[in-house]
Amino acid sequence: MSRIPAEALRLLIPALSLVTLLAAVFWLQPRAMSYTGLNLLFNLAVPIALATVAQMLIMAVNDLDLSMGTFVSFVACVTATFLHDTPLIGVLILLAAIGVYAALGVIIHLRNLPAIVVTLGMSFVWGGLAVLILPAPGGAAPGWALAVMKSKPPLVPMAIIAALVIALVAHLIVMRSSFGVLIRGLGGNPRSVARAGWSVLMVRAGAYALAAAFAVAAGIALVGLTTAADANIALRYTLLSIAGVILGGGEFTGGRVSPAGAVIGALTLTLAGSFLSFLRLSPDWQIGAQGAILIIVLALRLVLRRIEQGSGGGRRA
Amino acid sequence: MMSLARLMRRPWIWSFVAALAVWLATVAVTGLGGAGGLAQATLTFAAFSVLVGIGQMFVITLGPGNIDLSVPATMTLAGTLALKLMNGAEGMVIAGLGVALLVGLAVGLANYALIKALRIPPIIATLSMSFLIQSAAIWSNRGLRIKPPAALADFTTAATLGVPNLALVAGAVSVLAWVLLNRTVYGRRIAAIGQSLPAARMAGMPVDGTRLATYVLCAVLAAVCGFLLASFSGGAALNMGAEYLLMSIAVVIIGGTAVAGGDSNVPGIWGAALFMFLVVSMLNSYGFGAGVRLIMTGLIIIAVIVLASGRRPGTG
Repeated sequence: MSRIPAEALRLLIPALSLVTLLAAVFWLQPRAMSYTGLNLLFNLAVPIALATVAQMLIMAVNDLDLSMGTFVSFVACVTATFLHDTPLIGVLILLAAIGVYAALGVIIHLRNLPAIVVTLGMSFVWGGLAVLILPAPGGAAPGWALAVMKSKPPLVPMAIIAALVIALVAHLIVMRSSFGVLIRGLGGNPRSVARAGWSVLMVRAGAYALAAAFAVAAGIALVGLTTAADANIALRYTLLSIAGVILGGGEFTGGRVSPAGAVIGALTLTLAGSFLSFLRLSPDWQIGAQGAILIIVLALRLVLRRIEQGSGGGRRA
Repeated sequence: MMSLARLMRRPWIWSFVAALAVWLATVAVTGLGGAGGLAQATLTFAAFSVLVGIGQMFVITLGPGNIDLSVPATMTLAGTLALKLMNGAEGMVIAGLGVALLVGLAVGLANYALIKALRIPPIIATLSMSFLIQSAAIWSNRGLRIKPPAALADFTTAATLGVPNLALVAGAVSVLAWVLLNRTVYGRRIAAIGQSLPAARMAGMPVDGTRLATYVLCAVLAAVCGFLLASFSGGAALNMGAEYLLMSIAVVIIGGTAVAGGDSNVPGIWGAALFMFLVVSMLNSYGFGAGVRLIMTGLIIIAVIVLASGRRPGTG
């Protein structure tokens, strides 16, 4: 077997599962194989993909953000109110929110706190702020967000282009920039990052701020699609984003993440829902199917890892 | 006799101090007239948090990465199936409890089977599992609302000698959990695995058996909690477990159990559960809206954790 870069191998299973699922959807519903069909299948995946990349950045430094869903909901509420009515104040609020994430990174690092618990507490805070801003569903999407999300570029649907752009940008930042290397280094071996003369504190804060920036984009994209917001609009993003990262070949520890994989993971999870409705299965089992797909993909990955180890000659228990 | 200074060094004392402070702050506003009723309600709702919290604590004690995210789904499925089977009949209460226990057993076994067979982190295994359980619960619930048998509903809402029955149940479970953790080989094994899994394995401990038992225990407690909660609130609702995911983790951490594992704490869970409910009712009695209440709850949780982490340097 010729040498395949580990990075590409990591993407093999996520990509294969997406293609398989897409083929199954096309087989069940050939009409989905069109410009409009593809856009409908994937447009809700755009905000999920952004949130998944955000979660991936947090997971790259060995943390986990349990407030992702409430934070994206909060951003959606700000977008549908302040960003629409008084753009300047809206931008300031969102920048402040990114600042809060950076501060969380600092606190978590300085006091050596478990990120799970701190973000859990923050999920109450974001949820409360969202309720204060928008007590009842409503608001309106800023014109430019609508224009971007509802645009109809020639040949390739908006949702596909957006997914590619997100994957490319995330890939450039995480895999090709020196800051990305530091983030992954922090996840892999914090001491070596520190010994190389970097401030571990700044790297963690930066990773959190960058994640918040992606989550802000997720909230704005979501409002661009739904044209209105609600304090509970994105609560399921917390679990979806974690599942998406794992589906895409990311791991919990060690800074081993894959931005392109994360986007593919988000697309796969979104597609899973459509696949089920095309199968005419009861919507009761939609969530369950996402769980089942997660389990199947993880099982495949285990098989692949076994093969990889077997061909390498080394036998490990 | 424990001296005051020694008492103050116990990791669980802070959650009780915090709970007492919040209780006083509430009574200061509502007056002493409401104090008794508040204590009753607090004990009842704390009982649910304690039940799921103890299960979660056993799992968290197993070490970094061990956490059970399937708690809410398990609660919902157990409550739904048990109520469906009992169908309001008094004679079926034991059978209903049996079904709830079976659901817990099955979920626990399935969770650990996934963790072991796929070699995936417990967070992902229990997350995927919770999707499946939640679907099963939605499918079996289907908008029907069956009332619990009257005797069972009475039991869950009544009090014995001034203490709510549910608090007594949770109290008994807590005592058992304490004995299990501190006085049995199994409890020592959990702590040992939490402190160092490779060391525990080298020492020849049955690591897999212990972890399996722990995941089953957590799921069974969640199922029992779901059974009681559904009986208490007059029916099983699909979102009934939702708030207990955050709650089960929060009471464990605020109660002074080390997040890194290997060191658990039963009394602290009670302090934290009382504290969590009292915070909400304090903010309620001050007349805050839902938004402010949520924000304050979150900030108070974070503040308690930041403070609590300060007194144990080197751990986290």
